[in-house]
Amino acid sequence: MMNAKTHETDGHGNHIIPLKTYLAVGAALILLTIITVAVSRINLGPLNLIVAMLIASTKAVLVALIFMHLLYDSKVYAGFFAGALVFLGVFIILTMYDTMRRGDIAPEEKMPIQARAQIYDEDGKPLNSGEHHGEAGKETDGETVGSEQGGDAGSGTSGGHEAEGSMEGGH
Amino acid sequence: MDMADLSARPHYVKHHFADAEQQRESAKFGMWIFLVTEVLLFGGLFVAYAIFRAWNPEIFHNAHTALDWRMGALNTIVLITSSLTVALAIRSLQLDRPKVAARLLWTTLFLAATFMVVKYFEYAHKFHLGQLPGKYYTYTGIEGTNPHVFFSIYFTMTGLHGIHVLIGMGVILWMIVRTKRGDFGKLYYTPVEVTGLYWHLVDLIWIYLFPLLYLVG
Amino acid sequence: MSDATATTQPPLSRLAVPKETDPKTGLPRPNFIQDGGKGLKSWLFTLDHKRIAILYLITVTASFFLGGIMALLIRLELFKPGEQFFNADQYNQLFTLHGAIMIFLFIIPSIPAILGNFVLPLQIGAKDVAFPKLNLASWYVYVLGAVFAVVSLLTSAADTGWTFYTPYSNTTGTNVVAMTLGAFILGFSSIFTGLNFIVTVHKLRAPGMTWFKMPLMVWALYATAIIQVLATPVLGITLILLILERVFSIGIFDPAMGGDPVLYQHFFWFYSHPAVYIMILPGMGIISDLISTFSRRKIFGYSFVAFSSMAIALVSFLVWGHHMFTSGQSEIAVMIFSFLTFMVGIPSAIKVFNWTMTLYKGSIVFSVPMLYALSFLFLFTIGGLTGIMIGALSVDVHLHDTYFIVAHFHYVMVGGTVMALMGGLYYWWPKIFGRMYNRLWSLVAWALIFVGFNMTFFTQFILGSRGMPRRYWTYLEQFQPLHGFSSVGAMIMGAGFGIAAIVLAVAVWKGRPAGSNPWGALTLEWTQATSPPITHNFEEDVVVEHGPYDYDKVIPRTTA
Repeated sequence: MMNAKTHETDGHGNHIIPLKTYLAVGAALILLTIITVAVSRINLGPLNLIVAMLIASTKAVLVALIFMHLLYDSKVYAGFFAGALVFLGVFIILTMYDTMRRGDIAPEEKMPIQARAQIYDEDGKPLNSGEHHGEAGKETDGETVGSEQGGDAGSGTSGGHEAEGSMEGGH
Repeated sequence: MDMADLSARPHYVKHHFADAEQQRESAKFGMWIFLVTEVLLFGGLFVAYAIFRAWNPEIFHNAHTALDWRMGALNTIVLITSSLTVALAIRSLQLDRPKVAARLLWTTLFLAATFMVVKYFEYAHKFHLGQLPGKYYTYTGIEGTNPHVFFSIYFTMTGLHGIHVLIGMGVILWMIVRTKRGDFGKLYYTPVEVTGLYWHLVDLIWIYLFPLLYLVG
Repeated sequence: MSDATATTQPPLSRLAVPKETDPKTGLPRPNFIQDGGKGLKSWLFTLDHKRIAILYLITVTASFFLGGIMALLIRLELFKPGEQFFNADQYNQLFTLHGAIMIFLFIIPSIPAILGNFVLPLQIGAKDVAFPKLNLASWYVYVLGAVFAVVSLLTSAADTGWTFYTPYSNTTGTNVVAMTLGAFILGFSSIFTGLNFIVTVHKLRAPGMTWFKMPLMVWALYATAIIQVLATPVLGITLILLILERVFSIGIFDPAMGGDPVLYQHFFWFYSHPAVYIMILPGMGIISDLISTFSRRKIFGYSFVAFSSMAIALVSFLVWGHHMFTSGQSEIAVMIFSFLTFMVGIPSAIKVFNWTMTLYKGSIVFSVPMLYALSFLFLFTIGGLTGIMIGALSVDVHLHDTYFIVAHFHYVMVGGTVMALMGGLYYWWPKIFGRMYNRLWSLVAWALIFVGFNMTFFTQFILGSRGMPRRYWTYLEQFQPLHGFSSVGAMIMGAGFGIAAIVLAVAVWKGRPAGSNPWGALTLEWTQATSPPITHNFEEDVVVEHGPYDYDKVIPRTTA
């Protein structure tokens, strides 16, 4: 098999990847693109995202190892690149421990934000009086407001993930 | 031995490096670290994507139909091919064929331009329909609350990626100029090599952007 | 490592004898200052890491004094409750400017860009950093970022606090974009420096300079560079998103548009917590070198100290949520972050313990740098321990946004990093300029700084624990005595820094020639380079004969 891939080197004796390898990887990447499009048209529920990410990662590994030469280079480069991905993972996971788990322990009140906020007119009189007690910022789920103003902080960010239609889009 | 003896040293090796190999390895390592910074830069946007998609799964599903998966797929193939051509250009330089390398670099540039043209059409279509980020969103055809969230994410991610494509095009053009000038050959091609690494990263990011934005559900 | 033949031959014999000594200055010729090129252009277009270090020295010092003036104005205003010189809105701008200038323009660049740039190549036996042009570029980018910050100062400075929290940073009428653009640009400067240092340490070490023969200063700078490279881009994307939010209202941080203001805080602190380790780690590196040299002892537990630098760098990425305990995060997240915060204190504690053990049975020299190093040990310990206190979730709920927090971070940043910076400047000044400074006035400056600092900030621990909130323009009358005392301390500290700067500046022109190794230290910059060094650093090829702290071999010292 050695005569099919001659071990070519550049002017300093560094390894050159054979043309066939480059072309094969290119073809594989295009094939994987076609596959990922095809799979996306089948409804697999939550698996769609997982399969799409697996295929994308396979493509990424091919690009990194062959096109970017990581397979043949110092392991330090691959180590740094992998390390970056690890820290990105930390970022996503720990942030989502917050954003996905709000109200798990002390349940938040599922009310639209405009309704919960206490709004005052220019004379200091509450506009929607009797709605609930206290000034804006005293959330019933016991969270304190830091240096942000108003009732916008923190818990109002249930976004769309709780009650549907709880917020109007745009201004 | 006096390290300042320049006559023994090729002109392309800077004085503070011991030899050409140390310079090349340093340059590649430096570019890999720069790529690490790019991963974390785009990574922030992927974090935002993950969070907003988890909060608004139905919006993301409904809104992605506003994107044309065929144009996305075409762009993916265009970028993959451009990665191939830039890798082959470097290979040509390694084999001391700068003329072939220049042609391959031109091809890479052409493919990058194709990507941007397709992108232009996509963006123009959205502007036309009012499918814009944040407060500029005026389209009414997507169900659910806050559909503009998807488009804020879409435009930020593809916009930042597009800027990186444009920068890459500029650098590749400069590499073409230097190749035609005769700066590179089998003894020295490091700037093209590190340009290639940057370009591959641009491709890598798109490899993830495509399914996440165009192929949701 | 130990070499059987080197017991009696001091490394000084290998020192390159300077070709001549300038009769006017008493300094060796050639050296990088007098003979590296003449005129302003040769400095502004230099590729020499040593000259770039001096460029940074000038601009970073200017930033320090600018931020310092903001601090003094703050303390002037807070001397008594109510309006003294500034109204509430102007006060908000003052503390925003103080924070942003001190953090982005001063403390983050300070040690790596000044001392790191000068000393790192010398300590590993290299001729320069890996990418000298990138090094110069990073200085120009720094200047550009500083220009934006000053523009912001002159055109309705931001009043959001240096943290730019949404939603206020989105709605305020002040010029947030100029300041955040400045910070964004400064981030590039930091990234370029970090990138340069990582490649330099990996690739440009002299033959025989293994990883475990490197001075701990280099380990510290390397760990710092890793943080710079991983964390700063996230600041970049955060500020981009903030600017887009402000200019185009994309709605990512606005709850009325389906966004989340706490998300901004996650993004911001993912960078800004590791950033505080960018601030302290290089300082710790300096302390290792100072304590070793001025105890005439090798560092206790060298590899523990080296690995703890790496551990700090990596674990620092896991704890950012402790800045957000009261923000409205999920309870699960706050518990995880609180637990992880306790872990990150361990490597720092290991270092303090090892430094203290190095002092034990050492032959202590009370040089000016050593005084700063000892001050660091004391003040950083206080700062670090109070950090663990507020890392406890239950305690932080009460102390968050009070003066306790302000005192904590000033103890670690000023009592820690700035003390280390001062120690490092005094230590390497003779190497950089070939001149020794006036000891008496340096001691006066140190005393004013030490006393003034503690007066200012220890008081603030008390203020905070009694409930005084931070970033407040006025306060209840009961807090006035403590505030007044703190303000007086600030003036004293300011005077101390002013005198220190003058002493060092005077030394450049009027100090007596210091010689190549006045401290009798063992790292390469002292044993194999002149003071100031030649442009290419080393006259002969570098030979690494021993470890960086092998004082158990007898080395003669030329200065008391």
